[in-house]
This record gives sequence, C-alpha cells and structure tokens, in this order.
Amino acid sequence: MKTKAGKLSKTAKNDMITYGMVIAAYIIVQILVSTGHVSSLVQGLLVPFCTYSIVAVALNLTVGILGELSLGHAGFMCVGAFTSAVFSLACKETLPSVPRFAAALLIGAASAALVGFLVGVPVLRLKGDYLAIVTLAFGEIIKNIINAIYLGVDAEGLHFSMKDALSLGMSEDGLMLIKGAQGVTGAPHDSNFTVGVVLLLITLFIVQHFIRSRTGRAVMAIRDNRIAAESVGINITKYKLIAFTISASLAGVAGVLYAHNLSTLNALPKNFGYNMSILILVFVVLGGIGNMRGSVIAAVLLTLLPEVLRSLNDYRMLIYAVVLIVMMIFNWSPNMIFLRKRVRQRLAAGREAGEEV
Amino acid sequence: MKKKLLSLVLAGAMTAAVVTGCGNSASGSQTSDGADSQTEESAADSQTSDGASSGDTFKIGGIGPLTGSAAVYGVAAMNGSQIAVDEINAAGGINGMTVELNFQDDELDAEKSVNAYNVLKDWGAQVIDGSVTSACSIAVSDKTHEDQMFQLTPSGSAVDCVQYDNAFRICFSDPNQGIASAQYISENKLASKIAVIYDSSDVYSSGIYEKFAQEAASQSLEIVYAGAFTADSNKDFSVQLQKAKDAGAELVFLPIYYTEASLILTQAADMGLDVQFFGCDGLDGILDVENFDVSLAEGVMLLTPFAADATDALTVKFVEAYQEKYGETPNQFAADGYDTIYTIKAAAEKAGITAGMSTEEICAALTAAMPEITVDGLTGEGITWDASGEPSKAPKAVVIKDGAYAAM
Repeated sequence: MKTKAGKLSKTAKNDMITYGMVIAAYIIVQILVSTGHVSSLVQGLLVPFCTYSIVAVALNLTVGILGELSLGHAGFMCVGAFTSAVFSLACKETLPSVPRFAAALLIGAASAALVGFLVGVPVLRLKGDYLAIVTLAFGEIIKNIINAIYLGVDAEGLHFSMKDALSLGMSEDGLMLIKGAQGVTGAPHDSNFTVGVVLLLITLFIVQHFIRSRTGRAVMAIRDNRIAAESVGINITKYKLIAFTISASLAGVAGVLYAHNLSTLNALPKNFGYNMSILILVFVVLGGIGNMRGSVIAAVLLTLLPEVLRSLNDYRMLIYAVVLIVMMIFNWSPNMIFLRKRVRQRLAAGREAGEEV
Repeated sequence: MKKKLLSLVLAGAMTAAVVTGCGNSASGSQTSDGADSQTEESAADSQTSDGASSGDTFKIGGIGPLTGSAAVYGVAAMNGSQIAVDEINAAGGINGMTVELNFQDDELDAEKSVNAYNVLKDWGAQVIDGSVTSACSIAVSDKTHEDQMFQLTPSGSAVDCVQYDNAFRICFSDPNQGIASAQYISENKLASKIAVIYDSSDVYSSGIYEKFAQEAASQSLEIVYAGAFTADSNKDFSVQLQKAKDAGAELVFLPIYYTEASLILTQAADMGLDVQFFGCDGLDGILDVENFDVSLAEGVMLLTPFAADATDALTVKFVEAYQEKYGETPNQFAADGYDTIYTIKAAAEKAGITAGMSTEEICAALTAAMPEITVDGLTGEGITWDASGEPSKAPKAVVIKDGAYAAM
C-alpha cells in the first residue's frame, strides 16, 4: 500500500479521490436507477446536482485560488444558458443532437468567457474588492438586458429588437428565439446525468490541473502576496484575468447544462439573480474555500436539502437556514476546528495504543 | 479584508432572506394561516377518507408558488382547489373514489416546479392541477407529456402551456385577454386614444400587451403611448403617466398585476390625470391592497372571469365557504383552482375513470373526454374545450363602483 501511494504525490492522490468520488457516485446512482430504487424526485435532481457542482467548482477557482470575490457567477451562467439555448433552438431541425449539444457547449463557454474577460479587464487591474462590486452589478444588468431582448429568425435572417415582439417585423413562419421576459421556450432536452457527470469531471480536471500548473502557481502566488509576486516579475493582471476567464467560462458550461434540462428558460431573480450568486458562494464557503471536492459535496447536499424537507411545508426554509448556520459553525468556527482536531488526535492516539497492544 | 467583506455579504444575504421572508408573511399573513389550517384539514380529510373507503382514492397533485413573491396566487389556487375537493368528497367523490389533493410549492421557479412534479409522481399522483404560473407550467407540461399524465393548469396563461395534447387550461390565454380587451374597448367605444403601461419583465403583462397592440391596430384604436417598466422599477410611474397625459390618452390600459396598478392609480390621482383605466384579470384584488385609497379605483374597468360579489348561487356559496375556512375573500386564482377540480371531476365522470386504471390510461381517457364536456364554473358558464387545450368562455367586464366590483 505504501509503495503504491508513494508513486503518486499527495496532491495527485487528493485529485484522484475527487474524481473517484464523482465516478463512484455516478456508478452507484446508475445501478440504483436501473434497479428502480431511486425516486423520481432524485432522478429529476441529478442534472441540477451536476449543474450546481460545476458552477460551484468554477466559483471556487475565483474565490479559493485567485482570492477574489465574485458575486456574479449566476450572471455568467445566464450568459452561457441563453446563448446556447438560442443556438440549439435555431438549429433544432438542422443538426442532430450530439454535434448540436457539443457546439452549444462551446458557444456557451466561449460567450461566458468573453463576457468574463470584458468584465475582468478593467476590474482586475485594481487592488481591493472591486471585482465583487462590479460582478454583482453585472449579474443584475445581464438579467435585465436579457429580459428586454427580442430575437427572431425567419427566411430573411435574424431580427432583433429591444422594444417588443411586434417591432421585429417577422414573417408568419418565423421562429421566435428570445421573447423578452418570456425567455426561450422549446430548447431541446440534451442534458442528462451522464453528460452532466462527464462535464463535471472535465471541469474538475481543468481546475485541478490549472491549480498544479505553472500558471496556477503564479495565480496562487498573487493571492498569497501580491507585492512579492509582482517583485518576482509575475504579470498580475494577466494571470488574474486568465483565472477569472476560465472560471466564467466554466460557469457558462453549467448554464448550458441548465438551459438544456428544462424546456423553458427565463432570466428570473430566482434562477439567475443575486440570490443565486450568493447561493453558489454558499456552496463554495461551506464546502471549503479552495477545496474542490468540498464544493461538489456542498452543492449536492444543499440542492437536495430543500427538496428532502418538502414534507415540513412552510417550515422547510427555516430549517434550511438553520442547517446552513450549523454547517458554517461546524466547518469554520475556531472552537469547532479545535474540537475536531482534538477528536482526531484522540482517535489517532487510540489507534496507536491499539496497535501497541 | 476579503474575509470581512465575505462575512458581511453573507450576513447581508441572510438578513435579506429574513426581511423578504417577513415581508411575505406580513403581506399574506392570512394566507399563511389559511395554508396551516389547510394542511390540518387535509390531514384530517385523509384520515377520514382512509377510514371510510379502503384505498379507492383519486390522487390529484397540485403545483404552485406557496412561498415567495407569487405566493398569493399559489395559495389562493391551492385553497380554492381544496374547497372543491372537500365538497366533492362530502358528496361521494368521483365515481365513488375519494379525492386526495397534495399541493407542492414551486417557488415560481421552473426547476423547482419540475422537482415538485417529481415529488408528486413519487406520491402517486394520477392527474396534475398546475402549475399556477406560466413558465413553471410549460416546464412541467414537458414532463407530463413524457410520462403521459393528464395536466390541467388553473392559470398558466402563456400560449405554450397547452402545447401538448395532454395539457389543458382553465383561464384565458394571454393573447385572448389582449384581443378581448381591445375588442371590448372598441365595441363599447370607450376611447380611441389609448396609452398602455405594462411590465416588460413579466410574461403575463408583455404577452397581453403584444396581442392588444396587434388587435388595436385592426380595431382602429390608436395607441398613443406604450410605457414599459420592469420588476426592478415598479415603484415610480410618474414618467409613464406624464407621457401618457402629454400624448392625450383618453384611456390607460393596464395589463399588469394589482400591486403596481394601485401605485399607478395613486400617482395618477396625485398628478391630476383624470382618464379611464382599463385592466385585465391581474387587477383583480386591487380593492384588498393595504393602505390603498379604494375611492381612487372608482370607475376602473377590468376584464375578469370572476368577481367575488357576483350574486349567482355558485359564487355566493364558494365565497362563503372560502371566507369561513380561510378568513379572506377569494380572488380569481382561487376560483380557477376550484374550477380545475370540478373540470377534472366532469372529465373523469365522462371518461368513466376507475381506481384500477394506470396513469397513462387515465390521461388518454381524460384527454379524449375534455372536448366533450361542458362545465358551469365560477369563471364562466358553459365552459367548453377544444382538443388544443384552450377553453372557450365569455369574458366578463366589471367596473369598480362604490368600492366593490359590479358587473357591467
């Protein structure tokens, strides 16, 4: 056992545990589904699990590795969701589902990356918490812009308006892509659990390899001590921008997954607003800042929790809040950390004593 | 510094959650009481039904927003449905089966709505009463179509809610409301110069406005001004009202919900804008807004399928039962919920649904029976459906007179 572990570095082993956990969960769920032991509720939640895990890992890259606070990741999700849903809807008849979804993924990721880059360019030059403020505003702005867009396609090409559907001047057989506040309706169902898990694994792979890479080490150096990093010649803005753009594009991927899971897509405060951004941040904080595995676990647990508590009716939101607070205390309170350490020490001491006997 | 900001933001988020939670419960304190008593009642019901008939139940799953900003609509639809279920059970059920209603919260979120549907599927629901709102209803209809489960939405008014053959609705569709409003204004020669103030971020409002504008052109009505607002700017309407005034509007059409409408009426009175206001069913409920001077709503006309002070026997009985049980006057969503259950009953009796049938069989039988039935409900007499899922009923216009709705 020792020789095998010795071949892999400690960090690589840690990464393997994360992949292993996701793959094991996937296999177990697939077996349970095929034997009919999973309720419809959980089956319906499988794709959201993947969606929120991906976006939590993406945000963890910004918060944990880059050390900047982003309150607009729901906005990047929104960009990815809408661009990809529009593409898929427009190509619903012309492309088969596999290449269509692959292209939708690339489009969603690229557009979110582009927007992330544009938001990052002015902000990441600055010291301090400006990114949090700007992304917060960005998330709200993007939601309102999308609610005002009317986009349609007919034989003459694309029609665009910010006023209302009438001013598009579409022909009768035209297809409405975005109907303002009514959003996108009828995007194909291309998301499923397998696709979600594959995307989650790819996300984890990208993020974890990024952390171990030369670029990732530079980013972490900036996080730990900006002046020291600058003094050894690291281009602060460039590396910050790289990390933030990757994070935004991964959030866009989560948006693509989200958009192709439901047949209706609206930019509501509920799904792409400030509260959603905070919820993603909660996944990251409770899972552990900089801890990718923790983000996945926290995202799954906290997505499942309100649904499991449904039987409590009106009290479930109350309980949900209490659970959040308890989790926060358990994970982060100095007393609890001390207590956990002591328990672990005592266990270790007990094991040693047992071995001696 | 970073940690400080983080903790600040998290603390802020929690406070916000608490505040919005309080706000909701304050505005709908009666409704939450109603919800509580409803849960107790339904618990009692299921106990008695278990005692009375052994297992022959017909399970109806309801979906709607019971918490959050649209809770008023979901809770009303739930309460209305529950009253219908109680009445039906007291009268012997559907084809001898006891009706059970399980209403799940979707928080006005399409994703949560699908979750609620899956919960109901696990519970064993045989037909779906929902979802109350349009976007959620569209998302759920996709799943009911996949599973072949019959779905009847009380108030999902967007066109796509009934795009599948297993989905039907009780309310008017948004386009129908827009067209009916334009026709009504033109036929009764209420005005020729019209201003519209609508919520461009809301599906319901923008859907009605679109069709209204189309129909207005063919009815030779002139829309002199169309002012949009969004959910983020729904407090101050002085700009829109001033522009409507400058454009010389004789009538202001408000295809919006009553909360914003009450503000518009107040602000219009403050700036001395004396025109006719005309709305759709979203204005129903304006007389119950807290701190709203009801005299300002005097003369406002609205197209609504339901008025709580109508004098027909069915409405009187329903309003009495609702007030007794939930302590408030039912709105149109409650009436929609009530009619939904009775429509399911009528279709189930026509199709001869029995306890042993599978969900798919029930769906096929009910879908076939829907175009053949006629329902005299709270929201219209002699309601019929065609296979596309659209109801056909006459819109009623009411005017607010002496602080109450009066039929016109």
